[in-house]
Amino acid sequence: MKIAVCVKHVPDAAVTKRIDPGTKRLDRSGEGSLNPVDANAVEEALRIRDATGDGAEGEVVLVSLGPEKAIDSLRKALAMGADRVLLVSDPDAAGSDLVATSSLLAKALEREGADLVLFGQQASDSDGAVLWAAVAERLRLPLISQVAELTLEGGAVTGKRQTEFGYDVIRAPLPAVVAVADSINEPRYPSLKGIMGAKRKQQDVLSLADLEIEAERAGASGSRTEVLALSDPPPRGETRKLEDDGTGAEKIVEFLAEKRLV
Amino acid sequence: MDFSLTGDQREIQGLTRELAQAEIEPNAAAWDRERRFPVELYGKLAELGLMGVCVPEELGGAGADFLSYILVLEELSRADAGVGVTVAVHTSACTLPILAFGTDEQRERFVPPLARGEKIGAFALTETGSGSDAGALRTTAVPDGEGWRISGTKQFISTAEQASTFVFFARTDLETDGARGVSAFILDREHVEVTREEEKLGLNSSSTGELRIETHVDRDRLLHEEGKGFMVAMRTLDGGRIGIAAQALGIAQAAYDVAREYAKERRTFGKAIAEHQAIQFKLADMSTEIDAARLLVYRAAWLKEQGEPHTEAGAKAKLFASEMATRQTSAAIQILGGYGYTKEFPVERYYRDAKITEIYEGTSEIQRLVIARSILELQREPAVPA
Repeated sequence: MKIAVCVKHVPDAAVTKRIDPGTKRLDRSGEGSLNPVDANAVEEALRIRDATGDGAEGEVVLVSLGPEKAIDSLRKALAMGADRVLLVSDPDAAGSDLVATSSLLAKALEREGADLVLFGQQASDSDGAVLWAAVAERLRLPLISQVAELTLEGGAVTGKRQTEFGYDVIRAPLPAVVAVADSINEPRYPSLKGIMGAKRKQQDVLSLADLEIEAERAGASGSRTEVLALSDPPPRGETRKLEDDGTGAEKIVEFLAEKRLV
Repeated sequence: MDFSLTGDQREIQGLTRELAQAEIEPNAAAWDRERRFPVELYGKLAELGLMGVCVPEELGGAGADFLSYILVLEELSRADAGVGVTVAVHTSACTLPILAFGTDEQRERFVPPLARGEKIGAFALTETGSGSDAGALRTTAVPDGEGWRISGTKQFISTAEQASTFVFFARTDLETDGARGVSAFILDREHVEVTREEEKLGLNSSSTGELRIETHVDRDRLLHEEGKGFMVAMRTLDGGRIGIAAQALGIAQAAYDVAREYAKERRTFGKAIAEHQAIQFKLADMSTEIDAARLLVYRAAWLKEQGEPHTEAGAKAKLFASEMATRQTSAAIQILGGYGYTKEFPVERYYRDAKITEIYEGTSEIQRLVIARSILELQREPAVPA
């Protein structure tokens, strides 16, 4: 069983996010880390690999698009136990939008031909939560999203997801693309041995040329969307300010009761 | 000159910090209050390789370098200094001397279970009448058949109750007073009896006990040569004190983190206290002294990793970091005012935990003696062990 996990190097949660007004892009120069829900996807892949067969046949490949320094985040996933890395990194790929990114990732994934492609539900920087759909479309593979419970049986994957009204249980034949929610598992800590061993694992960095993608199809020129302007969200209407005169707690409870929230 | 950590070191530091924030720090106040040794935690640390950070892989360790181990101690101590000392003693004072001075047979027999954290290690040197004057110890090891009969008592032994392996010191040459007549041994739990548990000012999540020993051991328990025990002890403490310096550093960092956040939130006279110069200066001093201690500690660890002499550098790191930790945890209480004195905030615990770092693994007075001897060339720097 070969599992590809698409992961992203995002600005660390502790870093104050800033958008460069010139490029209208997120400033990614600060400390970065593995996108949190991607750790859930990696964990799920490791569990599947370790539960099926003797481990020798199973393989977990990390696939990512990002700057060279993204390898730092990918190493954390390697330290958790993933087998190798395929990072697409090229200056011409910077600024790729959803359309361009999905086409680059799909190219990289085609090379791998994995039985199962896992994504984290969304990235903590852009919160798009659609990339997996675009990639699945390009690969012409079935897709299950927001999966909180995943089982593999008889060449098919079954995903369970929570909705407002209950649960959806969806089955798809393999190969398939699955986007997982953070409730699916508790990611393991990487062990020290894992950390020490990570740098000895195969880490391929591919350029656009390696993937036989013309530069025009990546980056800004390969993108179909353009950010025109950025602004703060409008202030909320209808706000009520409570001064705490010692009865603050009661007033909050009253307010919530009035809104039928408690 | 390169002040940056390697990728491995950064990741090991990050992992330990993440684990400490999630599993240790939220429980530290309760462990302190209940004086509870969190035995369940050590299984988790072991699973991740944190009980044998700088032990070679082939002997069950993680195979990381000494600085990585120091970073681990700093991060653990930042969350709970009692956990820090337990791991420090286990590694620096038990596993590493067996690794450095043991025969191949002893290394293969005793090191892997320690490095994998299946057994916890302790170090038994101190007695009621011999602390700083370690050479005055009175526990005896008298020839008995093929081995020795060991008799005596030991005091202030960290992790005595939970440890399964002890690096132990006794006098084999009863004719010689002082350091020359001392030998080192490796003892198991069944060789010793824990007779008392200390009540302490701080470090309540670690345990400290008194031992009574009345046992026979065979020759295979002798660590290094007969009569060389004092050298084993001193060499062990040379490295061990870098670990305690890291512990002090972690405690001070924790106090600074709380004080800094508090100063930005607490308001007096119409503004945050961080906007008052009196508080700004305190925080500036804290940050500067923590930085200085960190550089001393990391340099000492780096020297040790390079196989360079590190006695003086380690003593300087321990002396400065420990006294700094006491000073700056006190300053943190001052910044928090009345709240700092209460158990609602963790800084009073940091203050109680910090004091011991000036005392164990060589008091500040002993560190000054070591430094003075070194800078005045009163005693030749001992050769690095093979």
